[in-house]
Amino acid sequence: MAARVLVVEDDPASAEMLAIALRQAGFETAVVGEGSAAMPALRELKPDLVLLDLMLPGMNGIDVCKAIRAESGVPIVMLTAKSDTVDVVLGLESGADDYMVKPPKTQELVARLRARLRRIEAEPAEQLTIGDVAIDVPGHQVSRDGMPISLTPLEFDLLLALARKPRRVFTREVLLEQVWGYQHVTDTRLVNVHVQRLRSKIERDPEHPEVVLTVRGVGYKAGTP
Amino acid sequence: MVLGIRLVPREDGSVTDPRLRDRSAVSSCAGRAIDWLRPAAGVLSGLAAVLGVVWRRSLKVRVVSSTVVLSSTVVLVLGMVLQAQLAQRLIENKTQAALVQAENSKILVESELGAVDPTSASLAGRLTTAVDRLTNPDPTVAGPATANAGAYEPVLVDGGGAPGVVGTGQKIGPLKDVPAVLRSAVERGAFADKITTVRRGSSSVTMLAVGMPVASAGRTMQLYLLFPLTAEQRTLSLVQSTLVLGGVVLLVLIAGIASLVTRQVVVPVRQAAEVAERFAHGHLSERIPVVGEDDMARLGTSFNEMAASIQRQIRQLEEFGELQRGFTSDVSHELRTPLTTVRMAADLLYESRERLQPVLRRSTELLVGELDRFEVLLADLLEISRLDSGVAELHAETVDVRATVTQAAASVRAVADRAGTTLQMDLPAAEVLAEIDPRRVERIVRNLLTNALDHGEGRPVQMTVAADADAVAVLVRDHGVGLQPGQQDLVFTRFWRGDPSRDRRTGGTGLGLSISLEDARLHGGWLQAWGEPGRGSAFRLTLPRSRGTQLTTSPLPLGPEAPRGVPAPGTVAPAGPAPSGVGSSGVGSSGVGRQ
Repeated sequence: MAARVLVVEDDPASAEMLAIALRQAGFETAVVGEGSAAMPALRELKPDLVLLDLMLPGMNGIDVCKAIRAESGVPIVMLTAKSDTVDVVLGLESGADDYMVKPPKTQELVARLRARLRRIEAEPAEQLTIGDVAIDVPGHQVSRDGMPISLTPLEFDLLLALARKPRRVFTREVLLEQVWGYQHVTDTRLVNVHVQRLRSKIERDPEHPEVVLTVRGVGYKAGTP
Repeated sequence: MVLGIRLVPREDGSVTDPRLRDRSAVSSCAGRAIDWLRPAAGVLSGLAAVLGVVWRRSLKVRVVSSTVVLSSTVVLVLGMVLQAQLAQRLIENKTQAALVQAENSKILVESELGAVDPTSASLAGRLTTAVDRLTNPDPTVAGPATANAGAYEPVLVDGGGAPGVVGTGQKIGPLKDVPAVLRSAVERGAFADKITTVRRGSSSVTMLAVGMPVASAGRTMQLYLLFPLTAEQRTLSLVQSTLVLGGVVLLVLIAGIASLVTRQVVVPVRQAAEVAERFAHGHLSERIPVVGEDDMARLGTSFNEMAASIQRQIRQLEEFGELQRGFTSDVSHELRTPLTTVRMAADLLYESRERLQPVLRRSTELLVGELDRFEVLLADLLEISRLDSGVAELHAETVDVRATVTQAAASVRAVADRAGTTLQMDLPAAEVLAEIDPRRVERIVRNLLTNALDHGEGRPVQMTVAADADAVAVLVRDHGVGLQPGQQDLVFTRFWRGDPSRDRRTGGTGLGLSISLEDARLHGGWLQAWGEPGRGSAFRLTLPRSRGTQLTTSPLPLGPEAPRGVPAPGTVAPAGPAPSGVGSSGVGSSGVGRQ
């Protein structure tokens, strides 16, 4: 069954073109032209992914993003006309999993969406620990001392990538490739922001991380169980 | 000590010179004043050395001290003139009185001695009687004129030792106290007076001596009257001490007044200086409190107006900056949204190009290719506009520079392959950590590499990385057409093209090197070019390893010479921080071509 993508875009021509291109690539699409209409559509259609324009009338894309995250862990890919760091970081911090600067190349956009929809294959009873956090891979469950921690699929993937190779130091570029499906990497801010978000959920003290450790000048690695 | 001589014209017409005494009186006072000032001057010079710094820094000290110095000069001169005047008056009065007394005495003595036989043995007795009459005048016999010359000591001499003077030489009174000059003048028949100092016991007394010839029977005697000037001296020293005390009090008062007056000026000036300093440090709303309508108030008002104007202009500039930021952002969005549609439509056409007629297919390919260029140009324009408006931010993190340049190299590998150019890299074996914005540095290196591939004529392009304690340098060297003299700076000019007829392999926008230069500046680094026609060109990026470090030298020389450690031939090193080829820290000790 084709994956459903909710396109939230105010420019009608752009929205229509996105829908055409995505259908061409095998997705099912629904288009919403206003930010305020995004939440009802999300509840009604239960899309597998949201493609969100950052500048919208009615409701700011950032606010839409936050509203979606408050209810759901559905993957969000942001489309932004602003490549300024502040805007991008703001979008990522409000909960978007990935972003693309307009105008996106169709191929690349499709590749990114697929990467967000791809599920990591797991062994039937794969159980991992990273720091003092336990991961139930097939069940998509993360817990500390039996208390479940709620992560978005992206955060789960990020944590899993680190936990599966506990001794390896991952550069940001490698993480982008493995978790986000990037080919040529120039922007590693994506990783930084999501590591921060992940830490705020799984670390006892995000200022002194014990689960996801920073290796200065290189990248990140898993904390010892 | 001879104080002065005065020759008063008498019947005999002898000379007089009153200036003599005046001058000596003034000089004696000046001498005393200098004696009094000498230790004070010593103290002043000592203070001046100590307070040198205060003198230079404090307007108040300068004003007060110069006021005091000038005032003391005025007080000193004034005091000396006053004292001289007083002394002159006192002496004049005394002399006047003494002369009158002398006239009287002369009459008295002449009447007493009128009939004396000079040879008689009773001469001594007669003389004594005459002198007694002088010292104890008969109250019943009033003199022709009463003069208040005070007490005096008479001296009566019958002739003297002087040549041509006939006499017994008998004398009554202290003749030794009469100065010789006076005696000789009187013995010549003049009526003279003279101020002299005589010893009386252990102390010396200044006296006014008046001498005159006294006519007696057939011979000339000399009568001298010695008037002590003790009272006058006492008056003078009283006046002197009064003047000194008054002068000192006056000076203290003047110093106080000067200090107060200066304070009125200095306090607002210092206040203004403090406000100006705070203003200069960015507290733009600082203002000088204005009181009244005087000059200080005007200064304050003017300053405040200036401050308000500067504040207004800075606000305006800030608003322009905000506007620019907003404009950049808006243009970005407004252009990019329609471009998204165009882009995706073109992509869709391109994907199905196999099904199109050849003409349409080629058109589609051209459309997509030019869209790529358009996007790059748009991105470059926005970036340079951001850099120009100063809203570009540096997101510095500590990274291994080798990884950053390796990535940049990887991103141009396709272009290099297409051009058939080999890309040789010489990276240090050890990691080179630096606090940089990896996106920007990668963009700089990518631009330099693209530029080298564009102009390298297919010959190998070398990239060398080296670091020292403070800086890290990336040198990109090509062996293509090179640069004409004077083009080293032109290459960074926007939209500048060395040779317009040359084909553009990578379709650069003409903004790449300008953006790179700005990016380097944003890091506090250098981007420099070298080139010679036919020998190729070199671009050297030098960045401080930690933010805020001032660059002084670059670890790599900028020039035709190959850096130490021959670059290992080979293509782009694999991604990741693995050491590549011959490791070389390449510290540019030769300094050739360093700018």
